[in-house]
Amino acid sequence: MEVRVNVTSVIQKTVGGQRELTAEGGTVAELIDDIDRRYPGFRDQLVDEGGQLHRFVNVYLNDEDVRFMEGAATALSEGDEISILPALAGG
Amino acid sequence: MAVSVYIPQPFRRFTANREYVEVDGGDVAGVLDAVNARYPGFDMLVYDRERRVPAHINIYVNNQEIHELDGISTAVGDGDQIAVIPALAGGAAPSTALTPDEAMRYSRHIIMPQVGSIGQRKLRNAKVLIVGAGGLGSPVAIYLALAGVGTVGLVDFDVVDLSNLQRQLLHQTEDVGRTKLDSAVDTLHAYNPHVRVVTHPAPLHSENALEIIGDYEIIVNGADNFATRYLVNDAAYLLGKTLVDGSILLFDGQATVFKPGEGCYRCLYPAPPPPGLVPSCAEAGVLGAITGIVGSIQATEVFKQILDIGRPLVGRLLLIDALTMEFREMKLRRDPACPLCGDEPSVVELIDYDAFCGSPPLEAPTANGGGH
Repeated sequence: MEVRVNVTSVIQKTVGGQRELTAEGGTVAELIDDIDRRYPGFRDQLVDEGGQLHRFVNVYLNDEDVRFMEGAATALSEGDEISILPALAGG
Repeated sequence: MAVSVYIPQPFRRFTANREYVEVDGGDVAGVLDAVNARYPGFDMLVYDRERRVPAHINIYVNNQEIHELDGISTAVGDGDQIAVIPALAGGAAPSTALTPDEAMRYSRHIIMPQVGSIGQRKLRNAKVLIVGAGGLGSPVAIYLALAGVGTVGLVDFDVVDLSNLQRQLLHQTEDVGRTKLDSAVDTLHAYNPHVRVVTHPAPLHSENALEIIGDYEIIVNGADNFATRYLVNDAAYLLGKTLVDGSILLFDGQATVFKPGEGCYRCLYPAPPPPGLVPSCAEAGVLGAITGIVGSIQATEVFKQILDIGRPLVGRLLLIDALTMEFREMKLRRDPACPLCGDEPSVVELIDYDAFCGSPPLEAPTANGGGH
């Protein structure tokens, strides 16, 4: 399953400065693993040691926060779009 | 001997929608006759059957009501400004009517039916607190002041630094070294002397937040650190206040409106990142103009809240990417498990936010200063 991934703000530096990339995976966790294979260290930005998504980075499937779905286990479909969004504190 | 007559919005159907009518002077009665000669029917609005100016109509020459002068015999001459201001339905006390100066200053707002003179008075009665007089606080404060929001509160304890001037519109070169609040008060009064600016020159913390925030109806978050963002969120929720949130970093911005019971900052980001993971603007940089985009969005949402118009940015997180100039929207929901606004809240009073967010950076006491 190839999915488009939007990467926002400071997370971009973990994927070589890209704002958008494509990745493979049947679930959010698999997608994160796929990106981590190409950009080692990416996974640590998003999930903790137990595989749970960090509470300070949001992952959206289309426009829905996956925390309100199945979290990292949320299934992906063809044509889905993932957005990864860290909290920003700047004012 | 031309004088300018300001026509209030509800009367403009008689004056071909003209806001100002220029006629020859003489006295007020002559001016009103001259307007009526050009736009027949106008005198029905400004005179009763005995051809007296009814109590619900105020006529001002320059800024003085004609009852304090010579009534309709008041002499007017070249360059004088006359304003016809009807009191509004609902028995408003005269002291709450807009002055001619206000009617003219805010005419581009008042002319819109979504605002009108009732809306303009709502703005004048409104009290809005802005946390941080920095990157976001600057455009928010300026637009609220320009719009005639009656009371603008500002929380900041920082001093203007040269590196602030790339984006912080409230401060100018000569303000470097002054407190941001002193600088802000001068700037806002230069824009609009009618606005009451209330300054809170102290770091916002758990002991003073409820008292400061409690005095206002709408809170705007322009803080530059997570500890203050969670503090403001919790205090606003506990006090039942609407919080207009915005944040920026690099070329990115985020904005949303939290209404108590419809999601809060903790529903959006349940926990702050570990210290050092998400850099500050000082560490990573920020595009100056993104503060204007996000701040203007926040000011617009405040305006809509006060006037109760449109569809607020509630339940939606707006993402702005300046590099692609894409605006995207994500859903924002109240989390039933939220420790603050969820079904079984565990945060029922303010906590120690420095501990919650980890130790603040060593370099400076950044709590609630806007945009270092």
